[in-house]
Amino acid sequence: MYFLNALPGAVAEGLIWGLMAIGVYISYKILDIADLTVDGSICTGACVCIMAISAGLPVWLSMILALLAGMLTGVVTGLLHTALGIPAILAGILTQLMLYTVNLSILGGKSLQTVNARAVPLLLHMSNNNGAIIAAGAIVVLVIVCLRLFFYTEVGLTLKSTGDNPDMSRAQGVNVELNKVIGLAIANGIVALAGALLAQYKGSASINDGRGAIVIGLAAIFIGLSVSMKIKSNFVVSLIGVIGGGIIYYVIYNFVILMGLKTDYLKMLSAIIVAIFLAVPYLKGKYFTKQKALPVEVCPDAGGGTNA
Amino acid sequence: MLKITNPQKTFNPGTINAKTALNGLNLTLNEGDFVTVIGGNGAGKSTMLNAIAGVWKPDYGTIAIDGVDVTNMPEHKRAKFLGRVFQDPMKGTAPDMEIAENLAIAARRGTKRKLIKGIKKLELAQYKELLATLELGLEDRLSAKLGLLSGGQRQAITLLMATLNRPKLLLLDEHTAALDPKTAAKVLDITNRLVTENQLTTLMITHNMHDAIAYGNRLIMMHEGRILVDVSGEDKKNLSISQLLGLFEQASGSAMADDKLVLSK
Repeated sequence: MYFLNALPGAVAEGLIWGLMAIGVYISYKILDIADLTVDGSICTGACVCIMAISAGLPVWLSMILALLAGMLTGVVTGLLHTALGIPAILAGILTQLMLYTVNLSILGGKSLQTVNARAVPLLLHMSNNNGAIIAAGAIVVLVIVCLRLFFYTEVGLTLKSTGDNPDMSRAQGVNVELNKVIGLAIANGIVALAGALLAQYKGSASINDGRGAIVIGLAAIFIGLSVSMKIKSNFVVSLIGVIGGGIIYYVIYNFVILMGLKTDYLKMLSAIIVAIFLAVPYLKGKYFTKQKALPVEVCPDAGGGTNA
Repeated sequence: MLKITNPQKTFNPGTINAKTALNGLNLTLNEGDFVTVIGGNGAGKSTMLNAIAGVWKPDYGTIAIDGVDVTNMPEHKRAKFLGRVFQDPMKGTAPDMEIAENLAIAARRGTKRKLIKGIKKLELAQYKELLATLELGLEDRLSAKLGLLSGGQRQAITLLMATLNRPKLLLLDEHTAALDPKTAAKVLDITNRLVTENQLTTLMITHNMHDAIAYGNRLIMMHEGRILVDVSGEDKKNLSISQLLGLFEQASGSAMADDKLVLSK
């Protein structure tokens, strides 16, 4: 019964983290970059949104500012990586560290800033979980529609090819470096937007928001794709799968808490889930593939041979 | 169409591994030339192609395509002049994208890409026709992922991509070397057809002496970063493999020592 009561909250939070996971999906799956900026940029989104709302700006404008701030963090990581030649993982870590300072100053030197949910009309808040689900759901749908439109434009297709095969992309006249910066900007913009939703949901922004976000994002991606791949592997279905992954993650999360697990252990749990999902395909390939029988006729026709 | 003036490149300069890959290379291609390039391992064939494509910048010398000095132009910018097919069938296409998407990206090589629909309806019909000419049964698989195709099919599609908008220069870097003989012959056949139909200026590296003589109107043989033998026209048509080896020995003062080349008759 307690669990059912906690369910709407879990779904609302799952939607928000699922949105963040879509940002991670763009960098990790489409651009093939493990971007660790995320832990910082989600916090930046939260801080910018809360401070803008506190300053009296309308909620929608505060969220757009959070989105733009997140895009800027992606540009910083992208330039560190492409213009200065720093390996992508390190570039992300450097930006993440810079953002700790930046986020602290956005929060005015405090580690926590709150808004009064009763005094300010927020888009969503934990006091009304059903409303929060609708609001977060609407944002998620909007983002998925925009991404679907963008990634099938002339520019969007080259963003996909940049991650899929940089050599081919260069040979086809694609500016791979520029595309990585654009992709990281979009990814972190979405992450920061999720941060803005999260901050409103909680009614506060803290300097510790988003620690380990990348791991939650990856967990949502792996859980979601393991289901959605079985249905269809196209772009929109994958994104919906990632959102679903976020929701499943938070439902499990809440269930585990209700079972009495100490919240201190939860980060360990997230990390183990991701480690398992990363390890399983590798172990499968290494230890559990049976040797296949030799095909009766090798290379039946020109170009017909399988080249895996 | 292409003018290479003495580009020099030393890899790992100042170290014990320093290697000068190109050394006194001069080459001019006329419009419509189909040149086969042959030479032993380390002769500088691929290095020359990569210098033209802009994978790296030569230390000295200039490269001009269609009268434009491209020596300092980054790889993605000079792509508008070029069509390229690599030795590795994995390298020329995006495996996780559809055949139509790969072709659409190639069709926009050299144009400013915009925020408009990535593939137009009209294109699909056009791609279907082009794929049908390959005779590999790909015309009904426009939405299949490239990663599902065989090496030969991938190379054929890469060729199509490279020739889609009539490049000024087509660069083929041993593009059949990774294929089985039957598939290689088929891909070479498609290559010859596309080059002749579109009258493309072409540089084709091959390890196969027979193919080097059979295809194209001009043959160059490289050794130690230079061009040793350059035959064209009637002389090339009537060339035999033993004559070619003789020309090489005469020019280099040593016998051809590359087994792969000598044995691939």
